[in-house]
Amino acid sequence: MTDLLAARSQMAVSLAFHIVFAALGIALPVLMCVAEWRARRTGDPGYRALAKRWAKGTAILFAVGAVSGTVLSFELGLLWPTFMARSGAAIGLPFALEGFAFFTEAIFLGIYLYGWDRVPPRAHLAAGIIVAVSGTLSGIFVVLVNAWMNAPVGFALAADGTLRDVDPLRAMGSPAALAEALHMTLAAYAATGMAVAGVHALLLRRPATRADRVAAAFHRRALGVALLVGAPSMILQAVAGHYSAATVARVQPVKLAALEGQWTTMRGAPLRIGGWPDERAQRTRWALEIPYGLSLLAFDDPHALVRGLGDVPPNDRPPVLVTHLAFQTMVGCGMLSALVAAWALWALYQSRRARRAGRPGVGLAGRPRLLLALGITAPAGFVAIEAGWVVTEVGRQPWIVQGVLRTADAVTPMPGLVVPFAGFTLLYVLLAAVVVWLLRRQIDATERTGPGRLTAEYPARA
Amino acid sequence: MTALTLGGVPIGLPEIAAGVMALALNAYALLGGADFGGGVWDLLARGPRRAAQRALIAETIAPIWEANHVWLILVVVLCFTCFPPAFAQLATVLHVPLTLMLVGIVLRGSAFVFRAYDVQSDDVKQRRWGLPFAVASLVTPVLLGVTLGALASGAVGAVDPTRGTFAERFVAPWATPFSLAIGALTLALFALLAATYLTVEADDPALADDFRRRALAAQAATVLAAAVAPLLAPAESPMRGVAAEGALARLIAVAAAVCAAAVCVALWRRRWLLARLAAQGEAACLVWGWAWAQFPAVIPPNGTAARLAAPPATLAWALGALAVGTAILLPSFVYLFRVFDRHRQGAG
Repeated sequence: MTDLLAARSQMAVSLAFHIVFAALGIALPVLMCVAEWRARRTGDPGYRALAKRWAKGTAILFAVGAVSGTVLSFELGLLWPTFMARSGAAIGLPFALEGFAFFTEAIFLGIYLYGWDRVPPRAHLAAGIIVAVSGTLSGIFVVLVNAWMNAPVGFALAADGTLRDVDPLRAMGSPAALAEALHMTLAAYAATGMAVAGVHALLLRRPATRADRVAAAFHRRALGVALLVGAPSMILQAVAGHYSAATVARVQPVKLAALEGQWTTMRGAPLRIGGWPDERAQRTRWALEIPYGLSLLAFDDPHALVRGLGDVPPNDRPPVLVTHLAFQTMVGCGMLSALVAAWALWALYQSRRARRAGRPGVGLAGRPRLLLALGITAPAGFVAIEAGWVVTEVGRQPWIVQGVLRTADAVTPMPGLVVPFAGFTLLYVLLAAVVVWLLRRQIDATERTGPGRLTAEYPARA
Repeated sequence: MTALTLGGVPIGLPEIAAGVMALALNAYALLGGADFGGGVWDLLARGPRRAAQRALIAETIAPIWEANHVWLILVVVLCFTCFPPAFAQLATVLHVPLTLMLVGIVLRGSAFVFRAYDVQSDDVKQRRWGLPFAVASLVTPVLLGVTLGALASGAVGAVDPTRGTFAERFVAPWATPFSLAIGALTLALFALLAATYLTVEADDPALADDFRRRALAAQAATVLAAAVAPLLAPAESPMRGVAAEGALARLIAVAAAVCAAAVCVALWRRRWLLARLAAQGEAACLVWGWAWAQFPAVIPPNGTAARLAAPPATLAWALGALAVGTAILLPSFVYLFRVFDRHRQGAG
């Protein structure tokens, strides 16, 4: 393994690990706030219990997200010192703003978690809302940095490769910024909401849960709130995803060609579903091709010219196979999850209409097939997030900053990078296992609490 | 209008940015440092009140530890925003200790939260998570001190990371007696801070006395390390004559001595709040003594703030964002600490 590959792998592992916790840390506070708001509105202690459970989950995930984020901020320099030396001045501002958003989040999460009985109820909910807003903002600030790496602006490139006349404010307004920020924020809400909904849907299917009225009521509430956040986000993501692809087509035509497996420059390019790009033969085999689809989707014109990889010198091409497969995975998982989300929203609408009309409608809990579908597709959103990051990062190669700095020129001169790569991979695998195990036990603890325990454990505020 | 100067150096945006970084590091030492110290005392919990000691430490750290550790991220972000070449040099030459420090940070933070949220009996939780938490709390401050020591010694600035053997480039700059002494100093200082905070937090006088003894021991170690470290500094290091030159340096040295003495007296007379304040003063003197000794260098010997700074536009925006952020953060912090200050709550 070369040092460059080891460095890239370590960065990939760190990001792949962090992004799960970041996405959950962005969206779980929203669920938590909705639950607490409902508890206040309805006086229903079940929602309060739910808010407390989600707050505990948020605490675990936020902490792991915080430490893995700290690791990343160091790794930027430990692995890519030349990148940081050259672009620190351009991308430091959003990182600084992210630091503050994160700080605010940490402070108010402390108040939220430990302040149930110490601050007035309204201040408590307000603290939760601040956590949710600052979490979302910190995610957006980090994505702005990535957008700059994909479509850098706000500087002049000197002959020696350094950046001159850096304008940090303009650097935050990369042409990729809006698309990426929208796509990632929705992804966090959609993936988290649908994952949480899936877990509770599966628990609702258990015979033991159905026999226990209190536990069933708990999971029904959880499912409802999670769907409220996750399902609309997952459906809206189709629009945001289209906008993202159109932006990539405009600002990173080579990446578009790679993710679509488009080898020849042509008008009226087809959209490929599936397929296996063969880099040696320079063609994509076995794809289902929809005529004019790519030109239409990327440029709103069935006859638009799409640039192919054949026009790009081989050492300026990203790895096509990985990028294309990751893109297909992302779109496939997103579509699947969006379908289930639409089904669930339709079911919610039906039962609400029945209730309004005074008929005994079928609630979500009474639809075992929907519950099963929600359970099976629960991880789909996160698979899509991981695949999406592979698309954006691998699709940008061989550049670390598109057109400005090559990844190979940015890596540290430190040899033996395979050692820290192996070490951090081991550490993260271990941590992931522990987190899953702990969260399972949190859920099991809910399962084990007999009738009345939940309300006794979390009495409603008088 | 004459420009403001300090020690003959005109003060511009780069120097202000460096000062803000020292301030953030100071905050990290006082808040995050005390968290590490808490972990050390968790590891060294002994005697009949062992469980009570651990419970007090966990209770004191839990609501605020995440906020306390964001200071380190702030230091890192300020470093690569305001002094990008300095960040690159530090991260390259100090790759090994910084990576080990990161492992410590990850293990410590996760183990602490896992312990707090494990739905198990206290004994099982302690056996399962207590050791990694405590050991990481012990090792991480040493590594932090080693990296700062390597920086202060001037070794980081003198290395060309593209030339020489692996040992010359990536080990020799930090594996020095001076760096290790600064590592020990950092550990002792953090332990002192935590012990004085815990004397204030303890409701049981016997428990407070446990931490009084620990604070006195940590103070002895701190003073010893602070006295020995400059003697180990290489001749060309700015740390060599740390207290010798200039009125400001002498003032900081005198203040450090006064604070150190006040810590001992206050602990001896069980004036907990005074001891905590004096320990904070001692820590601040050490941070600012170091900062002033290498001023205006960010990476001694030759990497001055002005030479390594990002363009003025970046510095101005970063400092502006910092000012606005502080205006939001400070009241939030005050609110956080007021909500969780146990002694405001009466019986709490």
